[in-house]
Amino acid sequence: MTLLFRRTRALEAQIDQFLDAVSEGCLVFEKGVDDYLRHDEPSFEERRKAIGVFEGKADALRREVETRLYAESLIPDHRGDVLGLLENLDNVIDQAKQTLGQFEVERPEIPEELAPDYLALARACVQATQHLVDSCRAFFREITAVRSHIHKVYFFEKEADRLADGLKRKIFAMDLELARKIHLRYFCLHVETLSDRAEGVADRLVIYTIKRTI
Amino acid sequence: MSWLFLTSGLFLGWSLGANDAANLFGTAVATRMLKFRTAALVGGVFVVIGAWAGAHGTSKTLGRLGAIDAPAGAFVVALAAAAAVVLLLTRSGLPVSITQAIVGAILGWNLFNGKATDLRTLTQLLSSWLLSPVLAGLIAAGLFVVSRRVLQRRRVHLLEVDAWTRTALLVAGAFGAFSLGLNDIANVMGVFVRVSPFPAETAIGPFRFTSVELLFLLGGIAIAVGIATYSGRVMVRLGSGLTSLSPLAGLIVVLAAALVLFLFGSPALQRLLRAAGLPGWPLVPVSATQAVVGAIVGISLVRKSGIRLKPLGQIAIGWVAAPAAALLFALVGLFVVQNVFELPVSAMPRPAAGASAVAGSAS
Repeated sequence: MTLLFRRTRALEAQIDQFLDAVSEGCLVFEKGVDDYLRHDEPSFEERRKAIGVFEGKADALRREVETRLYAESLIPDHRGDVLGLLENLDNVIDQAKQTLGQFEVERPEIPEELAPDYLALARACVQATQHLVDSCRAFFREITAVRSHIHKVYFFEKEADRLADGLKRKIFAMDLELARKIHLRYFCLHVETLSDRAEGVADRLVIYTIKRTI
Repeated sequence: MSWLFLTSGLFLGWSLGANDAANLFGTAVATRMLKFRTAALVGGVFVVIGAWAGAHGTSKTLGRLGAIDAPAGAFVVALAAAAAVVLLLTRSGLPVSITQAIVGAILGWNLFNGKATDLRTLTQLLSSWLLSPVLAGLIAAGLFVVSRRVLQRRRVHLLEVDAWTRTALLVAGAFGAFSLGLNDIANVMGVFVRVSPFPAETAIGPFRFTSVELLFLLGGIAIAVGIATYSGRVMVRLGSGLTSLSPLAGLIVVLAAALVLFLFGSPALQRLLRAAGLPGWPLVPVSATQAVVGAIVGISLVRKSGIRLKPLGQIAIGWVAAPAAALLFALVGLFVVQNVFELPVSAMPRPAAGASAVAGSAS
């Protein structure tokens, strides 16, 4: 019995570590965008490397959890849902890593007056991911609390949409070359995609929660 | 020769193990919460213990329904019940109740020999058929509501719920197997009690067994063989058949059915209730299948989830068809054995023609 629960708790810890990695990775993403906007190159490079570590850790943990869930035939009725949840959460941190990588490769020239807008957009997106991670934790331990976190994911996704829309309007109202405008708009889209990914996972989580409660 | 007559009872036991035991471990095995090998081992051991412990319980009720006093008669009755079960099982593909089949076959024996049927016992049996699924449904609904609330309040991790459920499925399955042996052994070996081929007392190693205990032990082993050899495929079919059950709901179904079987089958519990000044529960063999169906319906009503009506209807048809078919098979079998093989199917001479076949308990 002790052995059974020891193994279960070890797996619980791995799931928690995976969620921590996703959450911390997204927080690092926000800091990375901030560093880029402040032209703090060494710190930005450090963040870019750190998010890669978190993403790699999340990948490894996800694979280990998935293997154990199948190998030990655990939670047969919710296994598919949990695997779907972990894989889609993994896509969220992947997106964050990819976007920070694009900043590093493409080096967009962001006008100073637009920096606060980009940072606000990144913050709203990261807020959405943080509430998503909270709702995932609730899915495992306190199913009734999932909804109270999920509605915040939707709120920050809408907020990100609103900020992105405003930012795009500002970009195209500025006296810049069209190529630069399009480049800036792409980065607005890249950052915004993070909250869209979070919303996609939240949509799935709503269904998984309904399945668990009936 | 009298040993040979036991074979039909053993076949009935095998059939009970193959079908009714599947109710206990169906969800656990179908959802792979438990390996079939583990389920078969635990089920087999506990069903034998239950059968041995049930030597003084529900068989008396069946004895009152029809006091079969000739080995050939007992052979035909058990064979008719088994034939009805196997035929309906292969035709419908769903487990039918051996409890109903054996009662139908005993009524056939009474009818063939012109014996009076104890109406009080028959009423007790019929009402228990109705009561057991209702009771199982109520217990399951209550357990489901309580467990859901506890899980919500205690904030147990999904994986811990899984681990607890896995362990509890094994324990509940063991209890269910014990209760199945305790309650349903009368269906398998009850008709042989008066014609047992065993001496009054037999010593096997350090253990001493009465004739009835040995008879029931043998029946229990037959049930265990049925579990080991055939119940696997029935478990998989049941586990995904009637309604989609989660492992937790499956556990509650097993627990509720096991409690009902235990309630109707345990002489110790009956004594305990009487000692406490409470009315003793009648010791009546009830159908594990009925109890399981009742429990599933109970949970479905609480969950407000749909339950597929077609399999439920097929099972309900089986409840009527099993005793009717067994009665018919018993009449044909008894006629053949008595007139073709010239074996006595009853120790008592048949009453004069025109005598009533059914009489009250006082008659």
